[in-house]
Amino acid sequence: MRTSWRYLVGRGWQALLVLWAAFTVSFLILYALPSDPVSIMLNQSGEQTTVNQQQVAALRAQYHLDEPLVVQYGIALWHAVQLDFGNSIQSGEPVSRALADALPKTAALALVSLGVALVVGVGLALAASLTRLRWLRDVLLGLPAIAVSLPTFWVGLLLLQWFSFGWHWFPAMGNQGLASLVLPTLTLAIPTSAVIAQVLARSLAATWRLPFVDALRAKGLSPLRVLLVHVLHNAVIPILSLSGVIVGSLLAGSVVTETVFSREGVGRLAQAAVSTQDIPVVQGVVVLAALIFIGVNLLVDLLYPLLDPRIGATR
Amino acid sequence: MKHLSVPLLALLLTACGDPQGSVTAVDVSKPQAGGTLRVALDGDPQCVDPQQAGNNTALNVGRQLVDSLTDQDPVTGAIVPWLAQSWEVSPDSRRFTFVLRQGATFSDGTAVDAAAVKANLEGVVALGARSILGSTYLAGLKHIDTPDSHTVVVEFEQPNAQFLQATSTMTLGLFSAQTLALPPGDRCQGQLIGSGPFVLKSFVHNQVVSLKRRDDYNWGSSLAAHTGKAWLDGIEFLIIPESGVRLGSLASGQVDVNTGVAPQDEGVIDSQGLVLLTRANPGVVYNLALNESTQLFADINVRQALNKAIDRAELQRIISRYQKPATALLASSTPLYRDLSSLLAYDPEGARKLLEDAGWKPGADGVRVKAGERLSFRLDYWQQTPILELVQQQLKGVGIELRLNKSTISQVTAIQASGDYSVRFLNLTRADPDVLRTVYDVAGYNINNRQPGEVDRLLRESAETLDNARRQVLIDQASELLLRDGHAIALVELATVLAHAKNVHGLHYEASSRLQFFDTWLQP
Repeated sequence: MRTSWRYLVGRGWQALLVLWAAFTVSFLILYALPSDPVSIMLNQSGEQTTVNQQQVAALRAQYHLDEPLVVQYGIALWHAVQLDFGNSIQSGEPVSRALADALPKTAALALVSLGVALVVGVGLALAASLTRLRWLRDVLLGLPAIAVSLPTFWVGLLLLQWFSFGWHWFPAMGNQGLASLVLPTLTLAIPTSAVIAQVLARSLAATWRLPFVDALRAKGLSPLRVLLVHVLHNAVIPILSLSGVIVGSLLAGSVVTETVFSREGVGRLAQAAVSTQDIPVVQGVVVLAALIFIGVNLLVDLLYPLLDPRIGATR
Repeated sequence: MKHLSVPLLALLLTACGDPQGSVTAVDVSKPQAGGTLRVALDGDPQCVDPQQAGNNTALNVGRQLVDSLTDQDPVTGAIVPWLAQSWEVSPDSRRFTFVLRQGATFSDGTAVDAAAVKANLEGVVALGARSILGSTYLAGLKHIDTPDSHTVVVEFEQPNAQFLQATSTMTLGLFSAQTLALPPGDRCQGQLIGSGPFVLKSFVHNQVVSLKRRDDYNWGSSLAAHTGKAWLDGIEFLIIPESGVRLGSLASGQVDVNTGVAPQDEGVIDSQGLVLLTRANPGVVYNLALNESTQLFADINVRQALNKAIDRAELQRIISRYQKPATALLASSTPLYRDLSSLLAYDPEGARKLLEDAGWKPGADGVRVKAGERLSFRLDYWQQTPILELVQQQLKGVGIELRLNKSTISQVTAIQASGDYSVRFLNLTRADPDVLRTVYDVAGYNINNRQPGEVDRLLRESAETLDNARRQVLIDQASELLLRDGHAIALVELATVLAHAKNVHGLHYEASSRLQFFDTWLQP
């Protein structure tokens, strides 16, 4: 652990580079799109706008949309460095406040979903590894493939149809109370648990064939104990490597899930901002997402040596 | 109460629906106070300040927060008293003198007086392009005088007859000085102090806008069915983007009103015992506006041929049954609307003859050609509508090729701004015939890129008078010219369709087909 400070500083620079790249690429993409957020705002009713051109020009100037690309980028970057993403062009709300309002809602949904996905995914993989019935194992291992191919959108609507509209067990919309979290959590957890189950089942099977397992079995340990204590410990590394992907899919899934269940959150915010080309909001969301990825990946890298000392030694 | 019109009462009663059915019959003429109405909106209002807002969800929220100087009867189109008990307009329609009723206050306790009206109108002008609708209403504002605390004199540089109707809109609704002092962005987020029957309690983006009743409210519009405060304790506008979820939530009693009914859901709503409430949007109907600076549409024969090639009766088969084909350039719910369907008759032979006369001969693939050029043009649009494909088919029938390019709102806006378009597809909601001048006047938006002509004179004269008989003549003539000369190819009327539960009563559209909840009540 002598090198850990140096290591962290190095990672810090990497993180800054990633943030800058995410900011710059998203800025360029938004800039390259035709039209601009002001025209979209003026046409938001879907009807003919009758605002005269001088007034439109004045409004565009306020957002520096009339400046050349370099100047616009410079202004945006300068403010972003100071963690000021400005105000949403569509709603006038400060981006930082919009993110601060939305993030806890999405975080709650994503974390609970991740928890459920872990329980279901790991449970499924373990059950498939433990069962001696070949047909049952085939069925269990087939479930993730089916679950992954179900569109989140459709699953959400189906759950709503049964549990909310049909049986009135859970509310169809909103962020209020635990009950409103149940159906969105399920919707979001299904594909994630499938990925976890698939990867873990394969990894368990591979680990199960390693020689140390035979040694442990020869010492008289029960298959259950070998599986839960020794094999699982060794097989979990691929899941950890997938963390970035899983977090990514949870964030991406939140766009659809929050829309179907009418929830407030980062996904809805991002979706609306992209469709209205609301540059400050999109930039805020992109930087936030990049930060989350950086954080998760750093955490994973720090966890590897703890789970498997061999990884630390080779660094 | 004495202003309550019989047609309005009829509207209220039809809104109550069939008293038979799952709900036990009660006396629906006896409204009951209490309850919170849950209203599903199809999108985030973004900015709930009605002075700035352009989209209907925001305007529907904003309408409940503010009162206006006047109100407009949705049936007759007449302008009637609200915060202004009377008014006078100078013969040249430049000076408007309003006498305010006394006793009305904003929810911070300050008086709705002449100074407040002046500050609000000047504030809308200062908002510039941010006041998406208001900037047109107040164009040419010269100055505002307040000879005493309840008299306001508004003067314009030019005759501005439409201003009287504009004072009835939520866009020119009034806020207290405290609100006007705030930056526009803060106002968008709901820091709004109006004099309306409801006050804003909270606004959470993509989630909910909560309104609470104001208990000391006692200055409802002369159109209202009752005096005093609103019946409802409050209103929750829930933002539900998915149409299927809105429908399911209404059917399962999780919301009371669904303001965004998708056409495919209309049948289900009927069968679920819910009530549909529909009204045509006043203003300019969906139409194709031709760019006459292009060589193709500089030719009046081609424009007229387009008009004759369209079979509007056939359009009815694919649109919602609550929507109607256009019978004029103005929708049937617009004041001073007149049926001009004789100018919109389907006449494919006439269209073919016009094109032949203009030198467009049938080509090898059925599309006409002239001097090696095909009779073909592109339409970029973003609107959700099934009719354009059918229009495309109909035009093809006379040898005109319409190339449809469905795109995003941002791309279409960019193309229109660049001027590189042959035709535009548009509509514009407003409960005043002046909307024609806004869109087609050469000195205004000039959507046709036209040279000045007789139409412009008629439109401008129509803006100079509030004499309805005179205005009717001018609007009729202008509409006829716009249609006959093929400046605008009128297609279908837009209709607003909402659905509500059977226990919701007294819900109705105001003149611009947005919602007014003052008289709405819930049957327990």
